[in-house]
This record gives sequence, structure tokens and C-alpha cells, in this order.
Amino acid sequence: MNLTLRVWRQAGPAAAGQFVEYPVRDISTEMSFLEMLDVVNEQLTEQGDAPIAFDHDCREGICGMCSLMIDGVAHGPMQATTTCQLHMRSFRDGDSITVEPWRAQAFPVLRDLCVDRTAFDRIVQAGGFVSITTGNAPDGNAIAIPKPDADAAMDAAACIGCGACVAACPNGSASLFTAAKISHLGHLPQGQPERYRRALRMVAQMDLETFGGCTLFGECQAACPKEISIDTIARMNRDYIFGAAFEQEESRAGGAG
Amino acid sequence: MDLISNIPSGPIDKKWESHKFDMKLVNPANKRKYHVLVVGSGLAGASAAATMSELGYQVSCFCFQDSPRRAHSIAAQGGINAAKNYQNDGDSVQRLFYDTVKGGDFRAREANVYRLAEISVNIIDQCVAQGVPFAREYGGLLANRSFGGAQVSRTFYARGQTGQQLLLGAYQALEKEIAKGGVRMYTRTEMLDLIVVDGQARGIVTRNLVSGAMETHLADAVVLATGGYGNVFYLSTNARGSNTTAIWRAYKRGAAFGNPCYTQIHPTCIPQSGDYQSKLTLMSESLRNDGRVWVPQSPGEKRPPHQIPEAERDYYLERKYPSFGNLSPRDIASRAAKEACDSGRGVGPGGLGVYLDFRDAINRVGRDKIEERYGNLFQMYQRITDEDPYAVPMRIYPAVHYTMGGLWVDYNLMSTIPGLHVLGEANFSDHGANRLGASALMQGLADGYFVIPYTIGHYLASRKFAPVAPDHPEVRATERAVEERLRRLVGIPGKRTVQSFHRELGKVMWDKCGMARDAEGLQRAVSQIQGLREEFWENVNVPGSGAELNQSLEQAGRVADFLELGELMCRDALHREESCGGHFRTEHQTADGEALRNDEQFTYVAAWEHAGDGQAPILNKEPLTFENVHLATRSYK
Repeated sequence: MNLTLRVWRQAGPAAAGQFVEYPVRDISTEMSFLEMLDVVNEQLTEQGDAPIAFDHDCREGICGMCSLMIDGVAHGPMQATTTCQLHMRSFRDGDSITVEPWRAQAFPVLRDLCVDRTAFDRIVQAGGFVSITTGNAPDGNAIAIPKPDADAAMDAAACIGCGACVAACPNGSASLFTAAKISHLGHLPQGQPERYRRALRMVAQMDLETFGGCTLFGECQAACPKEISIDTIARMNRDYIFGAAFEQEESRAGGAG
Repeated sequence: MDLISNIPSGPIDKKWESHKFDMKLVNPANKRKYHVLVVGSGLAGASAAATMSELGYQVSCFCFQDSPRRAHSIAAQGGINAAKNYQNDGDSVQRLFYDTVKGGDFRAREANVYRLAEISVNIIDQCVAQGVPFAREYGGLLANRSFGGAQVSRTFYARGQTGQQLLLGAYQALEKEIAKGGVRMYTRTEMLDLIVVDGQARGIVTRNLVSGAMETHLADAVVLATGGYGNVFYLSTNARGSNTTAIWRAYKRGAAFGNPCYTQIHPTCIPQSGDYQSKLTLMSESLRNDGRVWVPQSPGEKRPPHQIPEAERDYYLERKYPSFGNLSPRDIASRAAKEACDSGRGVGPGGLGVYLDFRDAINRVGRDKIEERYGNLFQMYQRITDEDPYAVPMRIYPAVHYTMGGLWVDYNLMSTIPGLHVLGEANFSDHGANRLGASALMQGLADGYFVIPYTIGHYLASRKFAPVAPDHPEVRATERAVEERLRRLVGIPGKRTVQSFHRELGKVMWDKCGMARDAEGLQRAVSQIQGLREEFWENVNVPGSGAELNQSLEQAGRVADFLELGELMCRDALHREESCGGHFRTEHQTADGEALRNDEQFTYVAAWEHAGDGQAPILNKEPLTFENVHLATRSYK
């Protein structure tokens, strides 16, 4: 099939960007969206033009590196699918497709379709972990975890950190990403000691990174390729409020030793 | 070159314990004076960086992706082995050790494998404590599934996303240490060379992939955890960015490369659909717990699968290997699939496919149970092929998946360059000539959480470290070499894209150094690769400059290294006149087509030494001895 691509081109973080149109011919419906871009880039290179920079790695929907707003929809038209798993059979011959990077203040464009998502790493640094060190863990079966809890933790832990939730949100909020991690650990006994402190710190970091506030619009859940539910956000808010009310300050005398 | 394996003396089940006591320690206050570079942030790299930082070392960690959470370990699906014997089905450290040595076709080092099996149980504990949501039974205890090459259920899993969950556990531990200031993380940064000063690994030269800036990082020791080199085949199940550059640069600086020809072809991948294809997608081996592999009895069968009656189907794995059946090890299952397709009984486009059928399992346990076990895999299959695997059997075909070869390391995971340690898939150590399913995650985490944190201290405490000045002649020379190479790559006034070279190399490798190899083909491959390499350096077209985000340049550097590695792999395959594990030389097979080892001549690790560009590499041998597992013909019948 033949298509027209309108692609956002931007030479660097400080440069002005613009849409550039590329006619694309002889695309197979079996190609993935990124393979279609590979073909375009081969042609651009042969013509002596700069290929389109875009992030990608595993190409099987799990690493979270690929992105792209396709006709204004994060990861394109197919539900629960990352761009790398989106195939051209979702489009029709003659279509014009607009391709943009994630748009959010906290995700500055680096070049063309690549954005900087390190803000997500800093949110995790604020508390998205269990503070244990290697080597002192009890036996894996020492604590029985009810299957429904383990399953709910897994549902939330499926987040791939791609940033579609932020790109889809009219407020540019990272609530779904942050809440997924808080829910994952909050559902497990291992996550309990730091549960409220984690919520307070991760939410504070999310705000610092200039992500917008959540108004429960719900676009994030619709855009999420892993179908993370906004129920996690309710859970995050509950942990946050409980933490804000009851979390104890660390003792001024220092710890117990 | 001396290959000193440093295997501790004593009985095999006491080696690691006594070695831990014999190794030197660095006292807690002194640890912070040492600086270690960790290249790679997958299971091995992230767990090593986090754990060494917890101990008190200064750590810098590097990855080429935008976040350490993206490393390709994340794509591992099926599970991780551990000798917990929670199922009460006869598992033990001894049995995991035995299965791994046998699975590797008796080409791995016994002492390393035993340590791996011992440590496996700690890994599960560690990951559970981090909050990894492993699958559980209703009673709240951990669930297990079976995997290829084993007759016990010892594989722990988190749906079909075990690698993701284990990596996120290690990533979170790493981010915790970054927040504490123990680890400095460099994302979108690629290692381009190793700095060796006075014979010791003392630093790396990197390129910032956003700005293009070159940076030099000096330290006391370097740890490479940069994964495997399966992308030398162009099409593989590896992520697109996975590459050999870090270990290849180290090889050229003096690290021996062990068994480069041992590559694993995974039997269950989605078949290729066209020339434009950029990667192959794996369907987890765990599917073979419930899926049955078959092809039609008669060549040229045209009927759709559901119209082929039971009597006209050949469940060839169950027929040929009754005791392991569909859970035969990967090398054996792959070869059997190739054989079925070569006999004209393959299915799908081009006859390059076999069926993996869930009909019987769905009838037995119900669709819901199958969906719970493999839902995300079925969904992935449906996305790619536009077919519903609940209704029609999957079509699968073997694809390159893992490389057992890698930099040679001793028992302490140190390469032949003092101070250069190599972990995970990047080293050669534990899997011999074939890796069993669910053992890669085990090895990556064993190396990172439980081996290197001990052995790095021993190395650091055993030597004196004079500071290396940034203008040391070796440092400057390495920087200049990197600069020169980058300048050369962007300056070639060529016509062909990087990708077209990569694709052509991949085709040569797959045809001549893939599932079946022979001397004539390998010799031809060596000269074809040499020709392609020459053309590359004259006719490649790398647009843009080195001083910007330039993905073509990144790719060009990686492909240039693959073009050298490919030749070494073919040379290694050519010299090894036997068949073992994933290395199948058609000249060496039994009457019924099984691999025929030559233990008398080839019970050794081939450790290749770089002798200079344009020179034939030098073969060094580390003899392998089997004192605890008897060298025997490997049989799964």
C-alpha cells in the first residue's frame, strides 16, 4: 500500500521543529509500524537526507523504549499495543498518517521523535523499591502471599514505563505510571514497611518533575499498552492521604542505631 | 596466553564455600576508595552495580538505552530455574548441576556450573524480598512450571514476563543506590573502547549518544555485562540495539574470546514474514508444557491444520524423544524442526514452520487456564500474525536466540585482562554448547548478586592501584583510536546503508554458520565476510556527523564489529571438528542424525586471542575435566 507520512522533525532540543511530509510506497500490511519507518529511513539515507530518529529496542512490546503519537493517539489506533507491535494492516492504502513525539513538558524532545524520559527514573529513585540489600532475604516461601494479592501486584507491575499515559493525558500527568509502582509494591507484604512513605515521596517527585496533576480524565488507561487500570490511582491517592495524615517524621534522635 | 581458570581445590560442593573464605576482603571503610565501572544494566549489570554499591564501592553504570530498565533481559518470558525442590519431585543442587552440564553437552566448566546451581536458591529468595510478583498457588506459596531438558518442575515465573519482573527488581535496587549516591548512572551512553594501563583494565571511552560527546571514565576495575551477540545474524530474538561492541573492543585489547561459535537457535519463534523484517519474536519455551509440536505426515500437505486427522500428523518430538517429548532441549528441538521442514513437511509460507498446537491442552484444562498461563504470549502472537492461536495452531520456526560463547573468564569471572570482569551472557562460562531454558536469568543474577560482589573485592585487595592520569599515554591513545574510527565512519563517501550490510552479513551467518554447518560452507563464509568488510569500509553511507544524536552512526559502529566477529565465529566453527549442543557439523553425526561429539580431541574451551588486524587469531585451549558428571552421549530418548 501507499501512504503519506507527516513526521515531526526537530534537529535538537533547542531547535524549532516542524512537520515534513514523506510519500511512502509499497508498504506490506505485514510490516510493523517501526519496520515501515525503517524502510522510510533507508530511502532517506539513500537520497542523502537525514533519517528520522526514533526510539526503539526490543520490538516485542516489553522494553517500553518505543513511543510515537500516531494520528494523535499514543502508540496508534490499536488497543493494548505498543507502536512496535502495531502492524500496517491497521491502516488503509492512501492513508495520511501524522507521527509526533510524546508531548509533555517533563519529556523534552531530544531529536525528531526521541524524547527524554529520565524523569520516570527519578520518580522510581524517590521510593519505587523495597529497601533491602542483597544477601539477607528469608526463604522465598517464608511469607505466604494470597494469590489474588500476587496477581493484583503483577497487574500493576506489568507497566513498561513507556510514557504513553503522560502523552495521552491532557494534563501531562504521570499518575498512572507512579500509581502502578505504588500499587505493585503496596499489594505485597514486602512493600508494607515503606508503603506510605513511598507514596508521599514518589508523588512529591512527580510534582517536582513538572508533570501535571491528575483529574481522573482516564485517557491514560485507554492509551496504556499494558492496560494498567486507573484503580491504581485511587490506591495511590489513598496511600498518599493516609501517609500525609499518619506517617511519622523520622525521630530527631536518629534511628535506633 | 595463559588460561588460568583459578578453580578452587577440594570437593565440588565445597569449592565456592572455601573460596569465599580464602578470598581477600576489603574492609568497609576502604571500599569507598575503590571505583568500579559496570557496563550494561540488564540482570547481570544492574544486580552487580546495585550490590557493589550496597557494599560501599563507588560504582558508575552505563547503558545505551534511555533508562536502565530497558535492557534486553526484560524480554525473557518463561522463567528462572532454581533448585528449591518446593515441588517435592526430586530436585536438588546436584540435579540442577547435572542437568546443566548434560544440557550443555559436556562443554561447560563443572565448578562454575555447580556454583550456579548452589546460588540459584538464593536468587529466588532475593527476588521475592524485592517484591518480584512470582506466580503463586492458592495456598500462597510459589508456583513452578517445567522447562526443556529437565524432568522436574523447578522454573519460577511471573506470567510470561519473568525477565521483565526480575529486571525491574534489579532496576529498582539500582535506582535505590543511585538515589543514595552510590551509583552514578550514565544512560544513552555507549562504551566504544577499553582502556588498559600497565596490563590492567582501568577505564573505558564512551560516546554520549545525545550530544555525541566522547568521554573517558577511569576506575580501578571494569565489569562488562553487555549481553550476547546474536544480532550478528541480523535477524534474531535479540533487541535491535543488542550488540557485541563492548566485548569485541575488549577482545581486541587482549581479552580471550571463548567458544564464539556456540550459538543457540531457539525452536519456538514466529516465522519470518518478509525481507523488510527487523527482528524475530520468540514464543516462550514454557508453551511446550502445554503445546504439542507437529507437522503433517506427508510432504506438500495442503489442508488447513484442523482438517488433518490425528493419524496423519507427526508429533515428531514425542515420537523421537519419548522421555522428554515436547520438552526436549532447544538445540535438539530446533534441529528436529529443521529436519521436518527439510523433508518438505513444513507448514506456512515457504514451508518454513511447524505447528505448536494447544487444542488438546484447551480441551484438558480449559481456555481460561491456558489464558492465565500464556495470555500475553498468545496476544503477542495474534498481534504479529493476525491469527488466533486459541483457534488455530501457532506456526513456529527456529531463530537465533542466545550466544553461549563470550569473553573467556576464570572462576572469579575475570577475563584474561586483569581487572576486566565479564558477567551474564557476555561471558562464556556456564552453559557449554547449549543453554537450557530458564537458565539465562539464573546466570545473570547469580553473577551479579552473588559472585562478582565477592570476587571483585578479592581482585581489588590483591593489587596496588596507582592513580591513572587523564593524560596517560595509553588513555590518550585509546581516545584517539576511538575518535579516528568515528571520523572514518562518517567520512566514507559510500552508497550502501548500514542496514543493507548488516542484512547481508546476517544471511551469510544464517546460511553457513546457523543450525547446520560444514567445512566448505564455513570456508566460503570466511571469505565472503572478509569481502563484505572491505566493501563496508569503502562503500557504507553514514549520514550526519559524530557531534549529534546519530542513530546511523551508532549502528555503523556496531555492524563494523559484527563484521569482524562473524569471521571469528566461522573460524571457531570450522576448527571444531565435532558436533556438540548448538554447534552441529553435518560431517559429524550419528546414523540417526544426532550430534556426534569428539571427546578425545575437543573436550576443551576454545579461547581465541586477537593477533592484530589482518592476522589469523591464535587458538588457546582450556582443557575441561569431568570428575563429577560422567562424559556420556547425551540422550533424551
